[in-house]
Amino acid sequence: MTIDYSELLHAFRPEACLVAGALLVLGLDLATGRGRTAERRARNAALLGLLALAAALAATFAAAPTGPVAAGTMLLDPLARVTRTGVLGLALLVLAATPGTLRLPHAAEYVALLLFATAGFTLMAGTTSLLLGFVALELASVALYLLAGFDKSRPESAEAALKYFLFGAVAAAFLLFGFSLLYGLTGALELPGIARGLAAQPVSPLLLVAVVMVLVGFGFKAAAAPFHLWAPDAYQGAPAPAAALIASAAKLAGLAFFLRLLESGLTAPAADGPPAPWTGALAVLATLSLVVGNLAALGQGNVRRLLAYSAVAHAGALLLGVLVSGRAGPGPVVYYAVTYGLATVGAFLVLAVLDGQGGAQAHADLAGLRRRSPLLAGVLAACLLSLAGIPPFAGFLGKFLVFAEALKAGGPASLPGAIALLAIALSAVALYYYLIVLKEALVRAPAPGAPAIRVPAGAALSLIATVALLLALGLLPDLLLRRF
Amino acid sequence: MSALPWTIYVSLAGATLLLALGRASPWVARGLALATALAGAALGATGAAGFTAQPGLQTLVNIPWVAGPGIRYHLAADGISLVLVMLTGLAATAGVLFSWNVRERAAEFFALYFLLISGVYGVFLSADAFLLFVFYEIAIVPKYFLIANWGSTNREYGAMKLVLYSFAGSALVLAGLLWAHAAGGGQGFGLAELTRAASALPAAQQVPLFGLLFVGFGVLAGLFPFHTWAPTGHVAAPTGVSMLLAGVVMKLGAYGCLRVALPLCPAGFAAWQPLLGGLALAGILYAGFVALVQEDFKFVIGYSSVSHMGFVLLGLAAATPQAVAGAVLQMFSHGVIAGLLFAVVGRMVYERVHTRRLDHLQALGLHRQLPFPALVFVLAALASMGMPGFSGFPAELSILIGTWRTAPLWALGAAAGVVIAAAFTLRVLQVSFFGPAEPVAPTDAHPPPALDPITWPERAGAALLLAATVYVGLKPDALLGWILPALQSPALQPILRGTTP
Repeated sequence: MTIDYSELLHAFRPEACLVAGALLVLGLDLATGRGRTAERRARNAALLGLLALAAALAATFAAAPTGPVAAGTMLLDPLARVTRTGVLGLALLVLAATPGTLRLPHAAEYVALLLFATAGFTLMAGTTSLLLGFVALELASVALYLLAGFDKSRPESAEAALKYFLFGAVAAAFLLFGFSLLYGLTGALELPGIARGLAAQPVSPLLLVAVVMVLVGFGFKAAAAPFHLWAPDAYQGAPAPAAALIASAAKLAGLAFFLRLLESGLTAPAADGPPAPWTGALAVLATLSLVVGNLAALGQGNVRRLLAYSAVAHAGALLLGVLVSGRAGPGPVVYYAVTYGLATVGAFLVLAVLDGQGGAQAHADLAGLRRRSPLLAGVLAACLLSLAGIPPFAGFLGKFLVFAEALKAGGPASLPGAIALLAIALSAVALYYYLIVLKEALVRAPAPGAPAIRVPAGAALSLIATVALLLALGLLPDLLLRRF
Repeated sequence: MSALPWTIYVSLAGATLLLALGRASPWVARGLALATALAGAALGATGAAGFTAQPGLQTLVNIPWVAGPGIRYHLAADGISLVLVMLTGLAATAGVLFSWNVRERAAEFFALYFLLISGVYGVFLSADAFLLFVFYEIAIVPKYFLIANWGSTNREYGAMKLVLYSFAGSALVLAGLLWAHAAGGGQGFGLAELTRAASALPAAQQVPLFGLLFVGFGVLAGLFPFHTWAPTGHVAAPTGVSMLLAGVVMKLGAYGCLRVALPLCPAGFAAWQPLLGGLALAGILYAGFVALVQEDFKFVIGYSSVSHMGFVLLGLAAATPQAVAGAVLQMFSHGVIAGLLFAVVGRMVYERVHTRRLDHLQALGLHRQLPFPALVFVLAALASMGMPGFSGFPAELSILIGTWRTAPLWALGAAAGVVIAAAFTLRVLQVSFFGPAEPVAPTDAHPPPALDPITWPERAGAALLLAATVYVGLKPDALLGWILPALQSPALQPILRGTTP
């Protein structure tokens, strides 16, 4: 098996941009940082990071769609392109909001870690090999563990990192075990080879063990119930931009890898034959996540924990989308993940700005946000309403498309159809807890003496771009959907 | 005709302009708001002027929107939509006039107000079920912030209850629409396509599907026993918003029942018909009795709204052409009259005497101090009781006659409802305005404080709504001429029994 290195370079140009950018950021800070103010160093690092992300984005657009490259480890199909664009865009929004909001030492390391994590995401977007996929997943995860614990002044941040790391490491172990069983069963690491190997043998108990291991691993990573217990603590303690990345881009990239693994690796034997071995387990995870996430969110008094449980609920809807993606293609579920990521990033960036000026943990800390900063209040309203699925924001159409596909798969009596009906019923519950937060921000008066909030220019730009994207995708969904 | 879609765009543009420019002063906000409302009403009237009544929807705009599930941006109108668009224009204008005294953050108030209005116009003009649903949802969320920010009694509770009821109802609708879409093989969301797909389903599936759609929309129309959001929500809302809620938002539900639920599932409707008639009747009588014993002026009006909306649902449930025509006429009539009643209670009386308790009001003998509101309320009360000469008369009479042809018992029950409506209306009229003639001895140390005079926006708004109810009362054919041809549409024919009067 020979590898064409020019082709390899072409396929991995976005990752090359990101890694080179990360090294440059570190090197430049090392060379010139001494003697400069921390703010200046942070701004330089962020600017360089933004350039690297922009270059990677341009490279993604420029890369022509091709078949398998690099000896079948990568596939630059529409799913890979859209996912790469999505994760790069989300990382861009997060990084653009960093200068002025995140007041931490070692900004260059922070930016470099963010770029490494993003490189992991873009690799996950296109990989068709278990080995490369696992390495990419771990590259992203390790960087995210560090980002979660980056705020060394707060013990909560360390707690978040530790919990995230412990659960993540266990998940990685499950995944690796599942992957090794798959390799043992089929003798292949590439997904098409695995599919061929599995088609040639009957469904064995060992395959079921492998499938369950893989689902448990991804369940942990995606914070699907009942493997979600790390999420509230991690979201609460991690610096808000890191939490934004964990909740948005990491999920989108993981979804792409998961979709590919299920659809081209562990695929159902025939289109109208018996369902693939993972259908039942996935349906259980989706149902549990929807119920647990939505009901637990009701009892939260802390905005971040609420967002964490809402993330669990959204993971349930995403898994439902995965369940029907065999019939419907990846379009609806990827649209859902992208728009969910955008809304989550917006909400966490609002919290990030607030963190710089007094902090925001409990719902009551948001009281009177509309007077303290109309921009933040407006963005928070747009993002939470999108998460709740209110048109014209894109979150509505994401839910709509996924549920429509689920019902189309077999009517309300089929398994996906029934889960979709459950999800629709729970959306009324979800609106309640989002409105509780918005009530504080938009209706209640601010605490006496609460100062007005100054939104740094980068964060303001990033927040406005997020809302604009939510509206644009909500009104013109074909911008994204016709890429598939 | 081609002016009709602009009602939506003008309202949205007005909302945006209000946010951008309206913060300068309350006067700018009010001026912009009135201009937007008048522009919407004028566009509706222009559209009506160029309208020739035909059976079936007449397309205004039809372009592809989302390719995958076959969603189209399809606006269309028939006589029924036209009546409701006219009502929206009237109610929006009157609502702005009665919100003239909103001072705190007037720009944001009116911006949310017109966001709601644009959703309402959109629902009445949609011919694609997805589009209709989007507009329906756009009309829901602004209500929360309008009530929670600018409302009165128990406003956060009332707002949350109202929005959650509406949203839960819309979740049922969404489930039903997606089911119908799936039944049609996922071809599209056009009402005609969905009707073809869903009405071909076996009756065993149509029954639950119809339940989802009708109950889902019915929640917003005040369908008993899901009506409880309406009184609390109406009472908590600021006056202009109460007028809109009772005036047009409840009509969204009834319109959805008529436009979506009935045509989609004729067989489902046949199975549900007895229950629906019973629920509508229960709503009329129950809300009427509850209104009879309320101690809060605004709650009386809130429950009377539910009772009068019961007539609309009864007309739909009876499903004879005359009853359905009466139901649409009643939507218009109730929209105007409920707006008028809420305006008197919430704006003209409460903002001056700062109490809505009937025993307090009784002690004041308000007809001496507030002769104009007393006059308006007497006229509105007559209209609400269904006296000839006002729009309520042809509407309720038409519903009763139409219902008599299918179910004489329902008609008798509803006739009893008319009597109850007269009872609670007369009671509240007597107690609130015509208390004891000499309540306060002239020698009393505390003479009653002088009340603010009635302002010109209040007079204009009251005159506008009174003129509308009297005009339709004297000349119902003006609206029936639009409504009756619309009932000949192929979508409604499988539902309607009997011949057009």
